[in-house]
Amino acid sequence: MKNGSAYVSMRDITKIFGTVKATDNMNLDVTKGEIHALLGENGAGKSTLMNMLSGIYIPDSGHIFIDNKENRFTSPRDAIKAGVGMIHQHFKLVEVLTALDNILLGYNVGLFVNKRIQKEQINKIMEKFQLDVDLDKYVFDMSVGEKQTLEILKTLYRGARILILDEPTAVLTPQETVKLFKIMRRMKNQDCSVIFISHKMNEVMEIADRVTVLRKGRTIDTLIKENSNPQELTELMVGRPVDLSIKRIDKLTDKVVFKVRNLRADNEEKVEVLKGINFEMYQGEILGVAGIAGSGQKELCEALAGLYPIKEGEISFKGEDLAGKNPKEFITRGISMSFIPEDRLGMGLVANMDMVDNILLKQYHKSKGFLVKRKPAAEKAKEIIQKLDVITPGVHHPIKNLSGGNIQKVLLGRELDSHPELLITAYPVRGLDINTCLKIYDILNEEKKKGVSILYIAEDLDSLLGLCDRIMVISNGEVTGIVDARKATKEQLGLMMLGNKEVDNAD
Amino acid sequence: MITVAFLKAAIIAGTPLLFATLGEIITEKAGNLNLGVEGMMLMGAVIGFQMGYSSNSPLLALIFAALAGGIGAFIYAFLTVSLRANQVVSGLALTIFGTGFAGFVGQKLVGLKMTDEFNDFFRELKIPGLGDIPYFGEILFNHDMFVYLGFITAIILGLYLYKTGRGLNLRAVGENPAAADAASVRITRYKYIHILIGGALCGLGGAYLSLVYVPVWQENITAGRGWIAVALVIFSAWNPYRAIFGAYLFGGLDIIGFRLQGTGIAISQYVFDMVPYVVTIIILVIVSLRKDKRNAPPKSLGEPYFREER
Ligand SMILES: Nc1ncnc2c1ncn2[C@@H]1O[C@H](COP(=O)(O)OP(=O)(O)OP(=O)(O)O)[C@@H](O)[C@H]1O
Ligand SMILES: [Mg+2]
Repeated sequence: MKNGSAYVSMRDITKIFGTVKATDNMNLDVTKGEIHALLGENGAGKSTLMNMLSGIYIPDSGHIFIDNKENRFTSPRDAIKAGVGMIHQHFKLVEVLTALDNILLGYNVGLFVNKRIQKEQINKIMEKFQLDVDLDKYVFDMSVGEKQTLEILKTLYRGARILILDEPTAVLTPQETVKLFKIMRRMKNQDCSVIFISHKMNEVMEIADRVTVLRKGRTIDTLIKENSNPQELTELMVGRPVDLSIKRIDKLTDKVVFKVRNLRADNEEKVEVLKGINFEMYQGEILGVAGIAGSGQKELCEALAGLYPIKEGEISFKGEDLAGKNPKEFITRGISMSFIPEDRLGMGLVANMDMVDNILLKQYHKSKGFLVKRKPAAEKAKEIIQKLDVITPGVHHPIKNLSGGNIQKVLLGRELDSHPELLITAYPVRGLDINTCLKIYDILNEEKKKGVSILYIAEDLDSLLGLCDRIMVISNGEVTGIVDARKATKEQLGLMMLGNKEVDNAD
Repeated sequence: MITVAFLKAAIIAGTPLLFATLGEIITEKAGNLNLGVEGMMLMGAVIGFQMGYSSNSPLLALIFAALAGGIGAFIYAFLTVSLRANQVVSGLALTIFGTGFAGFVGQKLVGLKMTDEFNDFFRELKIPGLGDIPYFGEILFNHDMFVYLGFITAIILGLYLYKTGRGLNLRAVGENPAAADAASVRITRYKYIHILIGGALCGLGGAYLSLVYVPVWQENITAGRGWIAVALVIFSAWNPYRAIFGAYLFGGLDIIGFRLQGTGIAISQYVFDMVPYVVTIIILVIVSLRKDKRNAPPKSLGEPYFREER
């Protein structure tokens, strides 16, 4: 079928990985000057479909038309020539090269590179789209936001008319997201086609013109945003009605189980990153931690799990001071920590191993005897799959072949499985679809009911306000206040995140 | 005078190492660890010698030596790039193959010599002007053309890697092939070309031994120099310019024992033979302690690349 108005048209695209049908006769039409959102649960096939448009994967069957011409991409090179540029879920940048070198990579075929002339050209593009990249900076020195801007600049420099952004906002701070949206709108005004993948419904509602919903490898529908709403989109995505509200259950007791006093720690450069943190946690409560990215969340998490060297302070759990003990002591007392880092890759799982072996990694020291027993671990794996709806062909499928979101479910499932009494969980819903987010909240509530104390570190204020009992705000390594989540407002939290001490209206 | 003669000899002894090291650097920059250096050197050495002996043409000898190394590298490239076989195993197999091949072809060459006319091609050429500088002229600018060629190759390779677009692409292939691929670099082509060039350079390094350095055919003429070259790559932090210095240094270590015998200081050559490896280990420790991202090995070194894999 030829679609007159569509600039990009993907028809009946099928791609099979081993036994997994990642996309099953998918269709997608995108016009010029449009921001088109792709919505779908984890593993629905969004990244796979886009990887075929950008030449990374070759479809098993189907047709791709750009400007009414059929294209058969056999490599990213072909796709770039046709004007397709993609910002991948995991950036494709060479760390040891500068921004400039990354931009010139694969593009410049002349013998010697004249960096001055190239820089001038790149600066023109930066002006046109109001991007800001330090061209001489090495990528390994860049923040995630900077890396992303660089990726965008790289594709624009190659003359992309179709820009694909695969979950670009999952790793950005709210401010960076605002900036990204400006760039996207600018591209739209330049008559480019922008394809935007996100799990955050409010973002989709804000920026998209049309939305295509995918479910389990199939195209469900394409809707005009104006005529739709989050509820409808979610239901199309999941395939049944869902309740989008976050439930909160009342805190059980007033028994303090965990107490942190004057916790201080330095980073490798000897700069103080935790500046005297004080707080306590009750049994069966969820204490949220809010803060601008890099305010000390990671160090705090690791310090509380015994993984980060602390300078001074007290970490007492049920009256026993654990400061200075080794991580195993923390684990045996029922303290469990999981951290989903910004790149979501290096996070405590071994990519090439299957679920069973990954579960064994955390538990083998508990089992008796010389040989490991795989059976119980396999049972556990099956339990996790059921409880968290992990989409995978089986427990023996290598972890790395799961979709990003599903890998995360495995990680969280494994942590919960150790029956912790104190659960420290950082960014557990990063990159997860709405339905799974809700499921994770349910699971956390479930644990809370059992009397587990949960330290919940997140960047999404809505979920913090909806789920937690209290919210501790940190800024630059200091606690600026602990507020009652039932009474707090977003504005108040925002101000405290910027370093203003307890803007009081609660507790 | 002893030191001038020694330093000059060190440069000569370092020249086969330099070729092999440059060959391995360019291979590893493409993300491939080829442990077949010793094998490719031997293939180049024996084919170069055979060709030189039967044709009496130095040029043909060199071309065929390079081709022989290149063919060895091609086998390796086919196994590791196209079939994605394990690089370490493939490289070791290539060394074993090359050793056997050289032994087999070389059987009837043992003890044979080139004609004087042939050897004259590799005579010392004094560079006008520079060659007359006291001491330095003799050490640096009074060599056979092979030595100059090694030096020039290193400079060209350095310019290629750090100043050209293709060199940039190559470095990216070794660091992060997925990123290079997405930026439209043709990964397979880059890997093949540079592995082949690397093999040709190793072949030339071997030919220097059999045609100029020794220059009589003898069994196992490389005597482990291929392995020293592998260590030298680490020593020079994958940088062709540093490889010049490293190769000459290791060349000096290669001959110092024999030189000392003449002076009455009795330190066994075996002690000096160990030094390159000890130095390499120390360098490895320092590099990993410093965590310097710029002197680290290419990140994808040893890993096969398959676009649809993740
Ligand atoms: N290279 C691959 N090898 C094997 N299986 C794959 C590969 N890429 C994707 N899959 C499978 O295809 C399915 C779709 O994955 P895809 O990454 O497209 O999902 P997604 O919609 O992007 O999900 P998410 O929101 O979690 O990123 C998943 O079941 C995944 O396991
Ligand atoms: Mg994805």
